[in-house]
Amino acid sequence: MTAQSIRWFWYASPQAFFPLAGRIARICAVLAGIFALAGLYVGLFVAPTDAQQGEVYRIIFIHVPAAWMSMFIYVVMAFWSAVGFAMQTRLSAMMARALAPTGALFTFIALWTGSLWGKPTWGTWWVWDARLTSELILLFLYFGFMALQAAIDDRRRADRAGALLAIVGVVNIPIIYFSVQWWNTLHQGASVSFSRAPSMAATMFTGMILMALAFWMYSIAVAMVRVRCEIVETP
Amino acid sequence: MGGYGGYIWGAYGVTFALLASEVFLLLKRKRETKT
Repeated sequence: MTAQSIRWFWYASPQAFFPLAGRIARICAVLAGIFALAGLYVGLFVAPTDAQQGEVYRIIFIHVPAAWMSMFIYVVMAFWSAVGFAMQTRLSAMMARALAPTGALFTFIALWTGSLWGKPTWGTWWVWDARLTSELILLFLYFGFMALQAAIDDRRRADRAGALLAIVGVVNIPIIYFSVQWWNTLHQGASVSFSRAPSMAATMFTGMILMALAFWMYSIAVAMVRVRCEIVETP
Repeated sequence: MGGYGGYIWGAYGVTFALLASEVFLLLKRKRETKT
């Protein structure tokens, strides 16, 4: 136990974490490619046509995993921000900075693909319902975090200000997740839940999980490459 | 794609263009920082 604790603290040093981040990035990049190919194959060629929505439902294979990643990355970013804020660890702040652009990207993808799914199924590109609006607020939180970091020259002050925003903004995550239960929204309820079986065909579910794993591995890979850049660039 | 090709490929195309752009920009930054 003691040896493990020492190992964790050893990797808290940016210089010690640098080579480990490179190895993690390479492994996750390969896994992302494998999962993406498998997920696209299942999603576009194996999964059957939906009885109600027809072929347009295939947007689900990128929309849902992107929406999951947008929320998950924010939680991880807020976690590292909180660790950095409390313990003054430089690597934690670097991790938060490395995650933000990818989180913003997945939030935009979730909104974009949702809009392209909404038009043929709901008849509109956008509606100000609770799920869509709270997801848009998440995008603004990512932009705010990155803008705040870029606007303050002193690195320590920038990290503390960004951490405060990230920690306060995490309250938006349960709002996004539970919005379809708390309010009457046009957006459908969750098709996948920890408490019950998925309400979709097994092949559809498999394709969605494979794409979620691909996005997850992709996010880790790019975050690790970005944190290596942050380590080199930070004086 | 049952008449929905524009919506489906619009979603997939933009997604992969954005992810590819992120990778490209990140590798460019990596080269510039010589990591």
